[in-house]
Amino acid sequence: MALLKDGRPQADEYTDVSAAADPAARGPVLVSLTQWREHRAALLARDERLGLRLQSDEKPASVSDDLQHFDLVALEFPTFRDGRAYSSARLLRERYGYAGELRAVGDVLLEQLHFMHRVGFNSFELDTDDAAREWQIAASDISVWYQPTGDGRRTAVENRHGLADAAPRRQAAVR
Amino acid sequence: MYRYDEFDSQLVNERVEQFRRQVDRRLAGELSEDQFKPLRLMNGLYLQLHAYMLRINIPYGSLSSHQLRTLAHVARTYDRGYGHFTTRQNIQYNWIQLQQVPDALADLAAAEMHGIQSSGNCIRNVTADQYAGVAADELTDPRIYCEIIRQWSTLHPEFSFLPRKFKIAVTAAPTDRAAVQVHDIGLRMHRNAAGDPGFEVIVGGGQGRTPFIGKIIRDWLAPSDLLSYLEAILRVYNQDGRRDNLYKSRIKILVHQIGAEEFSRRVDAEWQAIRDSALQLPQAEIERIRRYFAGPEFAELADEPDLLRQQADADPQFAAWLKANKADHKMPGYAIANISLKSLNAPPGDMTARQMDAVADLADQYSFGEIRVNHRQNLVLPSVPQRDLNALYQRLAEQQLATANIGHTSDIVACPGLDYCSLANARSIPIAQEIHQRFENMDRLHDIGEVTINISGCMNACGHHHVGNIGILGVDKRGEEYYQFTLGGSSGTDAALGERTGRGFPAAETAPAVERVLRTYLDIRAADERFLDTYRRVGMAPFKEALYGAA
Amino acid sequence: MPKIVIANTLADGFVAFLRTDGTWSRDIVEGALATTDAEAEALLAEATQAAHENRVLDPYLIEVAANAAGNLRPIEYREYIRAFGPSVAIPA
Repeated sequence: MALLKDGRPQADEYTDVSAAADPAARGPVLVSLTQWREHRAALLARDERLGLRLQSDEKPASVSDDLQHFDLVALEFPTFRDGRAYSSARLLRERYGYAGELRAVGDVLLEQLHFMHRVGFNSFELDTDDAAREWQIAASDISVWYQPTGDGRRTAVENRHGLADAAPRRQAAVR
Repeated sequence: MYRYDEFDSQLVNERVEQFRRQVDRRLAGELSEDQFKPLRLMNGLYLQLHAYMLRINIPYGSLSSHQLRTLAHVARTYDRGYGHFTTRQNIQYNWIQLQQVPDALADLAAAEMHGIQSSGNCIRNVTADQYAGVAADELTDPRIYCEIIRQWSTLHPEFSFLPRKFKIAVTAAPTDRAAVQVHDIGLRMHRNAAGDPGFEVIVGGGQGRTPFIGKIIRDWLAPSDLLSYLEAILRVYNQDGRRDNLYKSRIKILVHQIGAEEFSRRVDAEWQAIRDSALQLPQAEIERIRRYFAGPEFAELADEPDLLRQQADADPQFAAWLKANKADHKMPGYAIANISLKSLNAPPGDMTARQMDAVADLADQYSFGEIRVNHRQNLVLPSVPQRDLNALYQRLAEQQLATANIGHTSDIVACPGLDYCSLANARSIPIAQEIHQRFENMDRLHDIGEVTINISGCMNACGHHHVGNIGILGVDKRGEEYYQFTLGGSSGTDAALGERTGRGFPAAETAPAVERVLRTYLDIRAADERFLDTYRRVGMAPFKEALYGAA
Repeated sequence: MPKIVIANTLADGFVAFLRTDGTWSRDIVEGALATTDAEAEALLAEATQAAHENRVLDPYLIEVAANAAGNLRPIEYREYIRAFGPSVAIPA
């Protein structure tokens, strides 16, 4: 598995303990929603970055008040067909103002990175030998966008009518 | 008709190149079939019984003559010289090779056509009233909003992996020719109490294994709120639709399970958060698109009742064609001419490249270069001067496109069925052909009058059998093809799902069963009653007896 | 019941039958015939390998039997249609 973050292959600084019985580990950890609820105080007491891994049926609304505690939110694709994370991503970015790393994990379909980036993902766990190439392919594929998603791309409607920044931009730039 | 601007063109061209790359990667083994399948489906490419099948969108059923010629070109160049028009106003090619698909798509893109999202768990072709723009009873041209929805839904990054496919239909006339009540979302334009045009929003209709009539969740929606409201519906569906069971994943199941009121509440909650966003349609964009649908420069003509009567008296076949295939146009002196793709012994909805080219020429000559596809696998020339109808009829007859059966017994809708489709349990086309043969006689056909027969070869109901006056569903019973009947379905304003008659019939007994049903109708009908009217008056009993004998 | 392997070739999508030499034919009469379970398994394994190598899609075994004229025909009607084409005439 390769981690592609901000357009480049990078090492993953987080330890994913979300499936472990005991979430104890050194350094930044990625915990499940259940673990977050059970070990909240202990996790907050650690002076380390914290990541939250949400399953596809766990809605962002349930953690909207806690997002300031997370530098990473990972959204699961149990199968690439389960597209709930696309909505979750947009809600995290556009509704709840989450500005940290938003990572796609699980069955992340190659050739769909463009859509994922459009809805707010800026990192991806990929099953590939050449993550950089996959990103290069995805990033420049389609350059016309009909729908505003808060990703900063000007839509066709905005371009047609010279509308300035009709789509609300996210509070922080997507790095 | 809408014409692509630089943005629309760039998108389809980039999409073609993206798919070309994906095909190359697949052929080189860089992508597995599991990885490639969702990509090819989202470009309309299926693998069927004999070969790949390519489905091309015909947005809201509107075609220019140039586009129809391009469809003929694709049939000739990349397929076996014919195509099949579907119940969702699309066209299907049955023999396309994967390695040639990018070139075929490139040729189509040059004519402003594509197969984007014609399959897959995403928003499909937005369909409309086939008489849009020329129907006397319409409030405004619904295709304006179909085009707006088409763009919004194309490559929508959030809604490309929905629980299941998603179909939207739009009508703007009190007579619903778009079957809005049996779509995932149906939009019916009408005026509110203040006289302002807006949309009634119907959700959760659909056919397939569990058919439903849709529920109204909002009486009136302002046009500028259309996209934000649709986005709210899709987001609720994407999040809350079932994903555990393929047969329970459509929005109709969600609406049924939680109820229309709760569903409406969830949509509203989401909508309140986004209604004032960039999804608000600028009036400038609505007007920009509206201009494309302003309609051709109609001449000032007068109705020609005397001429038509004279011509009809001289030619009984033309008389029959006028009666069945001509519909009223909003402008005096004009008519809508339906082109039947249901000739004897030809598969319903199929059209050869030669016929396509001929109709393109006829459209140029007689109908401002415009053609429509309807929901019963037939074509329409929307605006023909009445004085040209006879000449048009002669030319159509030369191409076997003038069967006078629109809306009558032999205007049968049949899915491709087991002859083509890998999902099918039974064949549909031979049953349709046998029924047609029995009702070939025009006098008998016209005596029976309006009746819709729909045949599906499996429970996916692509033949829309649930809304046929006579619906026929092919099933596999211990290796034999059997056909079950439903009666009383209707897709229009008075939408209804057909009721099952009882046990099915083997293939050889199916057409005779249809005869018994129609003979019963003829025996008991009151004056001016269509089949559907008689069925609604007397119910199932007499038909059941005719089918199975006295109880 | 004798069996042969049917699949679709990847590049053109057309129906194909596995020959004894591992190549694929459009013609059912050239399909390698498995008369025992072991033979059938071996044929399917070979076809599955061809799928992994991206030459064919969805290979599977179908039962065949000789018709009156002695020609092998699929037992299931669906496979018969795959082997011989639609039961209705193609337009044009």
